[in-house]
Amino acid sequence: MAKLINLTINGTPVTVPAGTLVVDAAKKIGIDIPVFCYHPKMEPVGMCRQCLVEIGRPMVDRATGQPVLNEDGSPKLQFMPKLETACTNPVSEGMAVFTETAKAKSGQKEILELLLTSHPLDCPVCDKGGECPLQNLTMEHAADESRFIFDEKHRAEKHVPLGDLIFLDRERCIQCARCIRFQDIIAGEPVLGFYQRGRNTDIVTYGEPGFDSIFSGNTSDICPVGALTTADFRFGARPWELKQAASVCSQCPVGCNVTFNVRREAKAGGGYVIKRVMPRQNEQVNEIWMCDKGRFAGYQYTEAESRLMATPAGLDAAVGQAVAKLVESQSETVFLASGRLANEDLFTLKQLAAALHAKTYLYTQHGGGEFTTAYGLTSGADLGALGKGDTVLVAASDLYNEAPLWHLRLKAAAQRGATLIVAAARATKLDEFASFVVRYAYGDEVATIQALPAKDKIGEAIKNANNLMIFYGSDGLGLAGTTALAQSCAELFSISPVSQLTGSPVSQSASFPVEQLTGKPEDRTTEQPEDRTTEQPENRTTRKSNTGLIGVWSTPNQQGALEMGFRPAENLAAELAGKTVYVIAADPAGDDPALAEALKAAKTVIAQDILTTKTVKLADVVLPAAAFTEREGTYTNGERRVQRFYPAVPTRPGTKADFALLAEVAKGCGIALEGRSPLLVMNRLSTAEPAFSGVSYETLSQPAEQWPLIGRSDLYYGGTSYENKLGLGVTLALQPKADRQSSTVSGLRPKENEFLAVPVTKLYDLGATVAPAKLLSAHIERSAVAALHPVTVEKLGLGAGDQLSVEINGAQFTFRAALDASISTGVVLIPRSMGLAISAPALVKLHAAEKA
Amino acid sequence: MLKEFGKGLGTILRALFFEKKVTIQYPEQTRPVAPRYRGRHVLHRYDNGLEKCIGCSLCAAACPSDAIFVEASENTDEKRFSPGERYASTYEINMLRCIYCGFCEDACPTEAITLEHQYELSFTDRRDAIYTKERLIEAAPQGMSATPQVTEPGKFTRSVPEMRDPQD
Ligand code: SF4
Ligand code: SF4
Ligand code: SF4
Ligand code: SF4
Ligand code: FES
Repeated sequence: MAKLINLTINGTPVTVPAGTLVVDAAKKIGIDIPVFCYHPKMEPVGMCRQCLVEIGRPMVDRATGQPVLNEDGSPKLQFMPKLETACTNPVSEGMAVFTETAKAKSGQKEILELLLTSHPLDCPVCDKGGECPLQNLTMEHAADESRFIFDEKHRAEKHVPLGDLIFLDRERCIQCARCIRFQDIIAGEPVLGFYQRGRNTDIVTYGEPGFDSIFSGNTSDICPVGALTTADFRFGARPWELKQAASVCSQCPVGCNVTFNVRREAKAGGGYVIKRVMPRQNEQVNEIWMCDKGRFAGYQYTEAESRLMATPAGLDAAVGQAVAKLVESQSETVFLASGRLANEDLFTLKQLAAALHAKTYLYTQHGGGEFTTAYGLTSGADLGALGKGDTVLVAASDLYNEAPLWHLRLKAAAQRGATLIVAAARATKLDEFASFVVRYAYGDEVATIQALPAKDKIGEAIKNANNLMIFYGSDGLGLAGTTALAQSCAELFSISPVSQLTGSPVSQSASFPVEQLTGKPEDRTTEQPEDRTTEQPENRTTRKSNTGLIGVWSTPNQQGALEMGFRPAENLAAELAGKTVYVIAADPAGDDPALAEALKAAKTVIAQDILTTKTVKLADVVLPAAAFTEREGTYTNGERRVQRFYPAVPTRPGTKADFALLAEVAKGCGIALEGRSPLLVMNRLSTAEPAFSGVSYETLSQPAEQWPLIGRSDLYYGGTSYENKLGLGVTLALQPKADRQSSTVSGLRPKENEFLAVPVTKLYDLGATVAPAKLLSAHIERSAVAALHPVTVEKLGLGAGDQLSVEINGAQFTFRAALDASISTGVVLIPRSMGLAISAPALVKLHAAEKA
Repeated sequence: MLKEFGKGLGTILRALFFEKKVTIQYPEQTRPVAPRYRGRHVLHRYDNGLEKCIGCSLCAAACPSDAIFVEASENTDEKRFSPGERYASTYEINMLRCIYCGFCEDACPTEAITLEHQYELSFTDRRDAIYTKERLIEAAPQGMSATPQVTEPGKFTRSVPEMRDPQD
């Protein structure tokens, strides 16, 4: 705990930790000091001078070191000859700050007058108008008239695309550098900068393509003027016309809290439509940020042309048909659901399947869930609290592409002093911030993780960590590979004292023979006992809250499905033959031709989805479901936090929420399930599933005060991210450890002329939830590359960007070739969901594609 | 009794033959309205035919009866409706809601909307009471083309016209 400092602001006493800035101390007691360049998430730079205040410090007699006193005995204050900036001055004992004196006010007023000399009269057409810090502070603090001559107003370009997502209006920019600093400091992608000086200072982007960052939208939120606007919302609506609907992003397992802004539109026949996606503060999940995928593809797929709809009668008929099929097949039914479903849907499905004695499978290629439910994060976990002494391991995951906000937060954790270990088969963006980078060949994931404890420094970092957090992904891995990887990651907890998790040490559980840990038992015997003796046994049984295993899933709620016991099938295709297959929110046929064949071999296919997928096309019965923007529900994110989302727009005709559809189908089968409201389903869920005990819609929607205070009347302070009024979510309790046999992964060895193709995840792909976002098409196009080692590319007689033909199981597909010197020469990286079905490493043939 | 009757008849006859007539033959004849009369709105154009309205929605924000609905879109030089980047792609006033207060006029930064002298508003269908942009906007000036226009790049970059002296 830092030392506490006492000071007064406008006469009000306040006590804050040493190091707090005057502006933040004032904020704590509700005194607003106007700022433009200062942002509570970034170090101050003191560029705009808007926060001028008078600061008096107690005078000290140089000779005696004693404070000088006034006649009345109060300490004599010493003021600087000029005003000081509240954003750069940390508090000190006895300080007296005055923000409202005539001198301070005139300082603030003059800065505004100066800023407005070169500001255009754009408020009526400016997208920030109505939520603009410059507007608000002008109304509050500025002079009524300007002494400057209008004709000398600065003129500059008003329509500068920085990339294809962000537009710059050079006239509006007040040169606060918030955008530049965000990119440098928070996003770690320094692609913006100032060009020229003085009045001509311009924001420029370097690099090709322009503004090449996946966090670019946030700059528009924190820009204190309307200089940076997002391509999707430009002129979309005035802020005061928008209504807010709290939601959770459905694009990745981070589960960023978002707000959908909706308004009525003539284009939609007077109905409500979503106009933009804004981050909503949750300091334990996404802070006040979100990534561009969530912002620009967040809801577009729910409005895709291929949305399934029906007439109410048609829906009833479809339900009737589904019921008939299920009644006939009973236990010969296989339910296949994905992590795109909400917890309520999955629970209803689980009950329905149980009543029918049917099998359910989780549709995913990312295994190991049985470890995340037992070793995952639990209450009190916060990536934002990781720091010195903590160790984070990222195994086989390119977080930048798979879960951007985790990338952002781990980068920050590393910069706060946490030991970040990145184990990956190729270079990832996180490498730059890592303390240790472990590079291995694809196929060696498990061996690499098992060998980590034996490495000097890395082993130390793992063993001596205060908290040990492990992220494991599916970079280059299929179902078997990820499961084995999860197991090896979970085993690491047994050698780290933090991890004597919830009771029995992992090493004692029958399923994890200690011998598996490293190849060399002697390492263990020399190192481990030492460690253990230094720890008090009783300390070790309490689990640190920031310790746990996190799966970097590809869907928003895979963790929720896992918590309820859904597991992937080891050989899905074989499970489907001859059965009645009920597929929900998954597109096996679209993902893999082999699964399409398997579905064709099924007796009946019932598909429940929001979009017309390939699976829907070959289904016998189709049930159109409501999208997450149209209904209530909850998702469990990868950190095991259950979060609630609320309806933003009305349900489409002839569609119903998944849980309601399932309950209706169940009703037809003579099974009574809750289908009236998700709240009631959650009540049942929390009693039936131990992990969810204590979770209710009430606890989920409990807001709490968060620091920094943002989104109130003071948009100038934190930006336009929304304040969280509808709950921070609840973290689940841990589940008992599952026994399981160690799985083996057969290594593929390429023969002559063959390459090892491995699946990798790209942020922007052609997945059903991303592709409908038209704005991202150029980004998706750029991701559609197969990466090879430069030497391989040369050998194939190609150059970067040339067309490369990939032949896999007889199927041909063409990608542009990209270079990646960090992988070995026999490997080709195939992006997932880009047209070529690849769910696990495979052997392929490569050659230059014939020129069209 | 007869005296009172004669007096009344006299008043009528005097009014009939000697006083100036106040009745006019509406609708053949109409009475001129005061210059600041507030009748139905008109959306104006600049002399070059571009629309003055920039789709800012300030009129809608000012309207006490929520009668105005605006949706904006982006201009390009190939398809320009108004100067600057923004124009009203939908502009509707519900004349049944409007109370003809003129707040919208006051709010407008470009003097695009004014209440004019037309007061003959009658509808047989409530939907007809919603005046769309096509019904509200005045015709393009003589010799100028209506919107959208193809304009010289970089010429119309400013939405709000420069008013040298704000008193104007
Ligand atoms: S940035 Fe703010 S002050 Fe500037 S034009 Fe836009 S709304 Fe007005
Ligand atoms: S674009 Fe906005 S955030 Fe960036 S320097 Fe200019 S005013 Fe500041
Ligand atoms: S005149 Fe008044 S009531 Fe009518 S549209 Fe204008 S602001 Fe609204
Ligand atoms: S009429 Fe005037 S106030 Fe209304 S949207 Fe158009 S420009 Fe704005
Ligand atoms: S100088 Fe303090 S906010 Fe800019």
